[in-house]
Amino acid sequence: MKLTINGQPQDVDAERVDTLLEALGMAGQSVAVELNQDVVPKRQHASTPLKDGDVLELVTLVGGG
Amino acid sequence: MTTATSGDPIAAPQDQPLIVGGKTLASRLIVGTGKYKDYAQMQQALDASGASVVTVAVRRERLIDADGKSMLDYLDTDKYTILPNTAGCFTADDAVRVARLGREILDQLDNDGKDWVKLEVLNDKKTLLPDPVGTLEATKTLVADGFKVLCYTSDDPVMAAKLKDAGAASVMPAGSPIGSGQGVLNPNAITIILETLKDGDADYPVILDAGVGTASDVTVAMELGADGVLLNTGIAHAQDPVVMAHAMRHALDAGRLSYRAGRIPKKLYATASSPWDGVISYIPGE
Repeated sequence: MKLTINGQPQDVDAERVDTLLEALGMAGQSVAVELNQDVVPKRQHASTPLKDGDVLELVTLVGGG
Repeated sequence: MTTATSGDPIAAPQDQPLIVGGKTLASRLIVGTGKYKDYAQMQQALDASGASVVTVAVRRERLIDADGKSMLDYLDTDKYTILPNTAGCFTADDAVRVARLGREILDQLDNDGKDWVKLEVLNDKKTLLPDPVGTLEATKTLVADGFKVLCYTSDDPVMAAKLKDAGAASVMPAGSPIGSGQGVLNPNAITIILETLKDGDADYPVILDAGVGTASDVTVAMELGADGVLLNTGIAHAQDPVVMAHAMRHALDAGRLSYRAGRIPKKLYATASSPWDGVISYIPGE
């Protein structure tokens, strides 16, 4: 699966958002997922399929003012 | 809530709490979580500030070399209301995306701040001044999407009024550029914003955001009648952030009490504090 994750092209073996997070070691972390510019709420991670060319942002909270 | 500080011989009269977007804040000081030497220092400084609302930023998760340390491991999300910002956004569209991503994380954490956003739509990296057109556009979109928008803006009273009209839960004018430490550069503009936004709506919250360099800057803002102050660098980059956090808390209380007390008018000439009656000496001109 060819995806763009956080601006970087990645080839990841993951069919859905939840399996992608598992593959990246982010399962269980406080991560918000944006798929092609729309937020995917956590409760929909397991039911949201991925396809070649999808653009994802995986973000978290950091210190800021 | 009380404005009395520990050690006061006589407690100050009870103050009205600050209410923003329907939420009652335990403190009028809102502090950022950025720029600390480490998370332990951040934790201590947040504690010392007395703040109940803290701002955070939304950033890409690192795909590699994550050292496993997350700010969220050090931030008690039961204790603090987390206010996510849209810092680093230069268009209304990006700010809206970031606000929605922040909401998603706070929803996962079931934090009180989940419908809140500190909106920043910036014009350029050098000045970090807000883009007024983008800020107004993003405010409208986010308000329609159910957000409580706490809106960073310049000290322009016209823009401040437009943002309030667009539904911002609080308008937050900058005292001076972000991180500049220059304090309140145009107190008259801040006063005009306060008078304009509170005209017929005295409880509308106006929070001074940005530019605070030291404790007296906080006091000045509160004496002008601001409902609160939001700051980050003034604490985080002080030589001793924890001591400065205490100073900021006291400065806020001092300024608030001073505003409530009502200062004396400024006069050009002196007014004696001791009576002239019964003076035994020669008085020039009499």
